[in-house]
Amino acid sequence: MNVLPGFFFYLLSAIILGGAILTITRRNAVHSAIWLIVTLLGVAGIYLNQHAEFLAAVQVLVYIGGIMVLFLFVIMLVNLDEAAKQRQFNHQWTIAVGCALALMAELAYFIVKGRESFRFGDTGTGTLNPDAAVIEFLKSCRDIPGLGPGGFLQPNTELIACALYRDYLLPFEIASVLLLVAIVGAVVMAKKEI
Amino acid sequence: MPEVTTAHYIFLSTALFTIGTIGVLTRRNVVIILMSIELILNAVNINLVAFSKQLLSINGQAFAVFIIVDAAAEAAVGLGIIIALFRNKETINADEIDLMKW
Repeated sequence: MNVLPGFFFYLLSAIILGGAILTITRRNAVHSAIWLIVTLLGVAGIYLNQHAEFLAAVQVLVYIGGIMVLFLFVIMLVNLDEAAKQRQFNHQWTIAVGCALALMAELAYFIVKGRESFRFGDTGTGTLNPDAAVIEFLKSCRDIPGLGPGGFLQPNTELIACALYRDYLLPFEIASVLLLVAIVGAVVMAKKEI
Repeated sequence: MPEVTTAHYIFLSTALFTIGTIGVLTRRNVVIILMSIELILNAVNINLVAFSKQLLSINGQAFAVFIIVDAAAEAAVGLGIIIALFRNKETINADEIDLMKW
């Protein structure tokens, strides 16, 4: 049995959960942002562990390269020096933790009730040797959604491209309109005089 | 070491989702509340990719791309709101922003 995926899974899980806890407990917002970057890198590693290479690249480019830089810019703009000296948690934090524990119990109940839908046994195993069938498959690009000849949803980027540009073309266009609205909204919000 | 199954990823995602929820509910700093929302969205993405691998269907990863797009849009608008709030109220604490309370 190959032990390396299991080892990396537990290592990345420790990085993700530790980074997440440090993100929500640090006093300084810049430190929180740095720990959030560590968490997002761990999630990118989890994607790689599951053979979702395109999503791992998008995670690093969009989240860490785009969104986190935006966060750091805003932290620099709103001067947080006095905010770091103040109380960090609001008065209702005991109720909030109680609500979060209730949520966790609820999620555990859902997992137990829905355990038939995911396997505790082996996940989709396959071989990673592309051959002539892959090229044939890409030429046709017709058997998607489904399994590529490589086994682990390979070739990953090509399969996602086929899904996005053919099966989900309308949601893709709507997402582009959403981004346009977000750009206009952000400019309107942040501008002094309109 | 046992093989990593879909259940492992679901437990990781549940823990990350709960940590994000605690962050949203307890912190006063609005910027860190937005960061906690990013944690929640990442937990959802882990679930989508895990089920995409189990069911051998690429649709889960396509939806994960859409969720990343949503996260980018939400971060842009949310940070714009924070800048507008800071300009008007000189604070970024969530419990001091009570303009609509009476």
